[in-house]
Amino acid sequence: MAEITADNAIAEPVPVAKRRIRFDSAASYLQALPLAIILGVFLVLPIATIVMVSFWDYDSIRIIPDFITLNYEETLFSWITWKTYLNTLKYTVIVWTLTMAIGFWVAYFLAFHIRTTTMQMVLFLICTVPFLTSNIIRMISWIPFLGRNGLINSTLIQVGVIDAPLEFLLFSDFAVVLAMVHLYTLFMVVPVFNTMMRIDRSLIEAARDAGANAFQILTNVIIPLSKPGLAIGTIFVVTLTMGDFITVRFMSGGQSASVGLMIANQISLLQYPAAAANAVVLLVVVLLMVAGILRVVNIRKEL
Amino acid sequence: MTKKIETKSGVSRRSLLKGAAAVGGLAAGSGAITGFPTVWSKTDIVLRQVGTGVSNINAIAEKCKADLGITLQMTALDSDAAAQRTVTQPDSYDIADVEYWICKKVFPAGTLQPMDVSKLKYFDKIVPLFINGKLTPESTIAQGTAPHTVGFVEGKDSTKFAKEPTNWMTMVPTIYNADTLGIRPDLVGREITTWADIMDPKFKGKTSILNIPSIGIMDAAMIMEAMGNVKYGDKGNMTKAELDKTIAFLIDAKKAGQFRAFWKSFDESVNLMASGEVVIQSMWSPAVAAVRSKGIACKYQPLKEGYRAWGGGLGLAKHLEGAQLDAAYEYINWYMSGWVGGYLNRQGYYSACLETAKGFMSEDEWGFWMEGKPAKSDIISPEGKVMEKAGATRDGGSYLQRLGGIACWNSVMDEDRYMVRKWNEFIAA
Repeated sequence: MAEITADNAIAEPVPVAKRRIRFDSAASYLQALPLAIILGVFLVLPIATIVMVSFWDYDSIRIIPDFITLNYEETLFSWITWKTYLNTLKYTVIVWTLTMAIGFWVAYFLAFHIRTTTMQMVLFLICTVPFLTSNIIRMISWIPFLGRNGLINSTLIQVGVIDAPLEFLLFSDFAVVLAMVHLYTLFMVVPVFNTMMRIDRSLIEAARDAGANAFQILTNVIIPLSKPGLAIGTIFVVTLTMGDFITVRFMSGGQSASVGLMIANQISLLQYPAAAANAVVLLVVVLLMVAGILRVVNIRKEL
Repeated sequence: MTKKIETKSGVSRRSLLKGAAAVGGLAAGSGAITGFPTVWSKTDIVLRQVGTGVSNINAIAEKCKADLGITLQMTALDSDAAAQRTVTQPDSYDIADVEYWICKKVFPAGTLQPMDVSKLKYFDKIVPLFINGKLTPESTIAQGTAPHTVGFVEGKDSTKFAKEPTNWMTMVPTIYNADTLGIRPDLVGREITTWADIMDPKFKGKTSILNIPSIGIMDAAMIMEAMGNVKYGDKGNMTKAELDKTIAFLIDAKKAGQFRAFWKSFDESVNLMASGEVVIQSMWSPAVAAVRSKGIACKYQPLKEGYRAWGGGLGLAKHLEGAQLDAAYEYINWYMSGWVGGYLNRQGYYSACLETAKGFMSEDEWGFWMEGKPAKSDIISPEGKVMEKAGATRDGGSYLQRLGGIACWNSVMDEDRYMVRKWNEFIAA
């Protein structure tokens, strides 16, 4: 849901100037109609349903159409929710920082250090190769690597760096963050690379001619002009991390909670109204975060 | 095979209208044709079955096609997903293969139809455990959602569970087992005798319980009671105070670093054990077998407090009618007729119709799986893998020993809603 929201924010239609007669405006409405129908049926309607169900009552076997606020009270006035949100935010901030740091430099390397477009595209495609396997496979392949008797630990013990296996490598926050960074960095690389490719190279030459050194070019020219890409990447990473439950479950060994996991637990016990209330709260939080990002950076300028 | 063909008036009129194909179904459904196979191939009957991975096995579908001509389309899900599917997408399946504790939630939702006992050919062969809750006439009924308490409803259109057996069954029992802790005998380095051993500080960071709240809480209850922390009125139906105490204890243990992980799927539990991340954990019997099949020692350790049991069965979707309904009964009768029972027994589960299953097992197999006798020759899994070498005996012994030791059944509590909240607290802590 969060991902769609992000897409939606980007794809908001640019108002068409009313230069022509009414026929044209009717035509443009017609053109917008298919998307409007799709978004209406697959985005607005489900969200409306979720909002509606979040006010329903339930017992262990049924959900009962009603209007109660108990689901929200249970969600908002419980320390578990707050703690879970804090934990989810913690992951989000760490993962966002790391993916941005890594993603920016990968994109920078691709955009400014690789000379030929062909090579750029080849390397860019190599970046996407891991996406040919599923998310979950990429994630769980870390497990034998990080485990108590895994590759890292056995190597370190053989080399003689440590005596006992490092327990924090697997089923820990470290493992969760590692897997998330691994999974989501590309979502940062792609938009940043895209924006960097649009930067007019003559601006950099001009800066250099004006006497700027490499660092000044980076901070005064490239970073400001890459902001829209960073913002889009941020939206991707933040929404994905906030909603993630499978990575948290697998990599923390079920030891940590995230909002998504809390919702998944409720759904698995058929407590749909509680899950819906939780989902609405999550949606609001994520939308506020996206709104905050959009206030800082005007990404529409770049599209 | 030579029995007379009976027709039941109400059904026959409909069947005649539906044509020749359905007549076969009627005859079979009314119990007239006893000899398999009644081949349905001309009718192209397809039954869609959803359920848990334990019993949604392709071999069963293949054998069913060969014996009955009915095409079974199996969808294997985890317990939670199976419950959701059963309740929320009633048109997406014809047969629901779910567990009894789930049935307690699912059946009152009204998406399944009660089964007519008079159409079940092998009803009297079903072990009494599913009829009156007793393994033997003397045994006491275990705590939790015992299958017989949700096995029958009051009438054809009722969703209210009956206290006594009636002519209307919610589900036909098929498979069940008694679960306990799995251990790595090579790594624990001591005798494991009680559920409380999982909390031994010696195993700090090397234990696991499962993170399916309704089952995990039962494991926690077994541990709590074994440690003497709480004496539950009914482990399968805790009060809020009991839940508070149980979860508080789990949180303390978690904070002290007792657990390495909490698993949710079969594979996770196998990996945890096989990789040596944990040495003692709650486990399912085929997962123990899976670890063993990798050549790693793993024992399904019987414990003095007894077992946590579960049972599954087949339910009919509400929308089934006519020839399809008849085919479904035919399928269920075939299921109970022995071949599947033998298959399940040979996997380490138990068939609900043991008598018929016996005919499909060798004497040695029956002795090993059911009577706790040492195997005379290698024990082969239904897939043809060697599961146990000759001379081995089953962990926990015979059928009566294992099932006689059931302390509680997996359950759905009255305080279910509160339980999940508390469980989330545990995971968030």
